[in-house]
Amino acid sequence: MRADPTEYRLVSPGDLQAVLSLLASEPAQWLPIAGGTDVMVLYSAGKLPNRKLINIWNIPELRRIDVFPDTVRIGAACTYTALRKHDIVSREFPLLATAASWTGGIANQNRGTLGGNIANASPAADALPALLVYDAEVTLISASGERRVSYRVFHSGYKQTALAADELIRDISLPRRFSGYVSHARKVGARNAQAISKVCLAALGQIANGAIRDVRLALGSVAPVPLRLNETEHVLIGKKIEPSLIDATKASVVKEIRPIDDIRSTARYRAAVAGNLVAEFIEKLAAAGANE
Amino acid sequence: MNPLPAASAKCEVSFTVNGEAKKLLAHPMERLLDVLRNDLKLTGTKEGCGEGECGSCSVLLDGMLVNSCLVPVAQASGASIVTIEGMSAHALMHPLQKAFLECGGAQCGICTPGMILAAVHLLENKPEPSAAEIREGLAGNLCRCTGYMQIFEAVARAARRRVAK
Repeated sequence: MRADPTEYRLVSPGDLQAVLSLLASEPAQWLPIAGGTDVMVLYSAGKLPNRKLINIWNIPELRRIDVFPDTVRIGAACTYTALRKHDIVSREFPLLATAASWTGGIANQNRGTLGGNIANASPAADALPALLVYDAEVTLISASGERRVSYRVFHSGYKQTALAADELIRDISLPRRFSGYVSHARKVGARNAQAISKVCLAALGQIANGAIRDVRLALGSVAPVPLRLNETEHVLIGKKIEPSLIDATKASVVKEIRPIDDIRSTARYRAAVAGNLVAEFIEKLAAAGANE
Repeated sequence: MNPLPAASAKCEVSFTVNGEAKKLLAHPMERLLDVLRNDLKLTGTKEGCGEGECGSCSVLLDGMLVNSCLVPVAQASGASIVTIEGMSAHALMHPLQKAFLECGGAQCGICTPGMILAAVHLLENKPEPSAAEIREGLAGNLCRCTGYMQIFEAVARAARRRVAK
């Protein structure tokens, strides 16, 4: 049933400290809303449990992208459009810029935010595997202080996150040390825009003297959380790329993921595609090695 | 679930729509789409899916293409909004409207206002879009009648005329 707007409150404190005070005064009562691309969908369907919402779309601190010598710090309410348009993000973090271009259509990219995607914690979100391979760190703030959490441990289970009831994601920091890597992003879905992925891959790798020096792999839509493929990375690091390694890689990917059957695909299809996407990346890495 | 709903008071919202200043009272979580259609009687903006998937309710909010079904009206406070009604001036069609008409880019008309707004936004950002850029710019707008080719051609034609001027 459609939601009745008279039953919902939405306040716009307009500055970060006021937002944090309200979150602290009634923890877990207030749901932050930025671009609304997730919240408004639930709301309109009458499925939003929260009746009190707090507007964080208009908080300037959350909309900045700051570039430091060693890191790029992305405000949690930066939109996918802002990420795509940012020179350094596009140049040094192409996996994130590419995933931003896959997220919804242009109208949703103009409103959808990186912090919102992280807090919403969908294992199918296209941008989240990129954050895993780039070693993102998330800054969480509350009225009582701030803490930094490695993005690798942020999602503890399906739709479970490290966010406490009074906390807000302030920014996402990315270390600027991956621009020399070969990068590869692939989404498999029913169509390019507006379709949630059946499987998506973010991958980085380096090759030196014919062997894989470093490799970083993460997949979306294959587990309850966006998944970094630690075991498969171990299979690959230090090895020369040859056909037997590709076979071992595919087997390891299938062992490591936990896909399900759902409305968009089947576990069997996802497993086959996940293995093939990683294999495609290893072949791309081999081609880059051949041109060393 | 809270047995007593947290009732919301109406708030005053001011914004400009198609260049005209508007001030009204609304519940803050009312969808911009509903305020445009019901309070301001601007029914050119259509509701398709109501969940941000189809683009029928597209409007420009401070120059940005948005799905108005996903915007709580309180977030539009102070903004400048453009709807399909703002496209034509003095009964003259906007060049994109004209191109849609010429190319057969509109049939049932439900997606058309959103398509035109998405195309306006595209040409503002990319005055000479490639075919791929036209497809990407309109990828969030679904049409169940035309098969899209006439729409893409209309946008390409309007872009060529705009650049030629």
